[in-house]
Amino acid sequence: MWIYEKKLQYPVRIGKCDLKMARYLLTQYGGPDGELSAAIRYLNQRYTIPTNEAKALLTDIGTEELAHVEIITTMIYQLTKDATVEQLEAANLGSFYAIRDGALFPSDANGVPWTAGYIQAHADPITDLHEDMAAEQKARSTYENLIKLTDDPGIKDALSFLREREVVHFQRFGEALRIVQEYQQAKKVY
Amino acid sequence: MNERAELLLQIQEAEFAAVELQLYLDTHMYDQKALMEFNHYSNLIATLKHEYEMKYGPLLNFGFSPSQYPWRWLESPWPWEEQY
Repeated sequence: MWIYEKKLQYPVRIGKCDLKMARYLLTQYGGPDGELSAAIRYLNQRYTIPTNEAKALLTDIGTEELAHVEIITTMIYQLTKDATVEQLEAANLGSFYAIRDGALFPSDANGVPWTAGYIQAHADPITDLHEDMAAEQKARSTYENLIKLTDDPGIKDALSFLREREVVHFQRFGEALRIVQEYQQAKKVY
Repeated sequence: MNERAELLLQIQEAEFAAVELQLYLDTHMYDQKALMEFNHYSNLIATLKHEYEMKYGPLLNFGFSPSQYPWRWLESPWPWEEQY
């Protein structure tokens, strides 16, 4: 069960229309290391993870990632909502407009649709938690690239928040991994 | 910043502290100090949320927030429309 809360996790301050940046941000919506991939990856891995710590963490971080999807899509929406067709064309978004006007769609920055091929699940908790830790680092790198692609203080601020969350999630997954390893070693004793 | 956005920001701050503590407690279940802080923020969120909902309508769906008449869930702005 999920309950929707009618607010963003973090306030997004978007001052002006910036189509180029909106396109770059798409990668954190429907790209390989984006927030949608993260949410689906963690929520899908919960069923076969053995410890309660990891079950809780995958549930809670997976849920937080859904809130991050909403932050990214809000940024993309606000950066593009006032654009004219001419502006979209000038920003190399004419092909996006031709397919779906101004509608949002989970793709990467090149328009390649989101695919479940971006996530992994192996049931082996050591494997899955390493996948999750790697995913957090890849998302952190992507946010650092995105921060370098803009001068807008409002966009930089929201992206910095999201980048920091990747660092915290990596730390927590690392702790869950240590707990799983202790659990597996303890099992051998009996 | 208008009064509604300011109250919403206080909720965002308190909820952020609770999210951070929740993730921490997931791997530190015996940390009593963190648990006390978590419960402090849980109470603070309930107080702030009650104040917000009396003034501006429900924050949560499916019965987790009451609504005045007429059905206030429909009121704008939705989160993606919010202008700060």
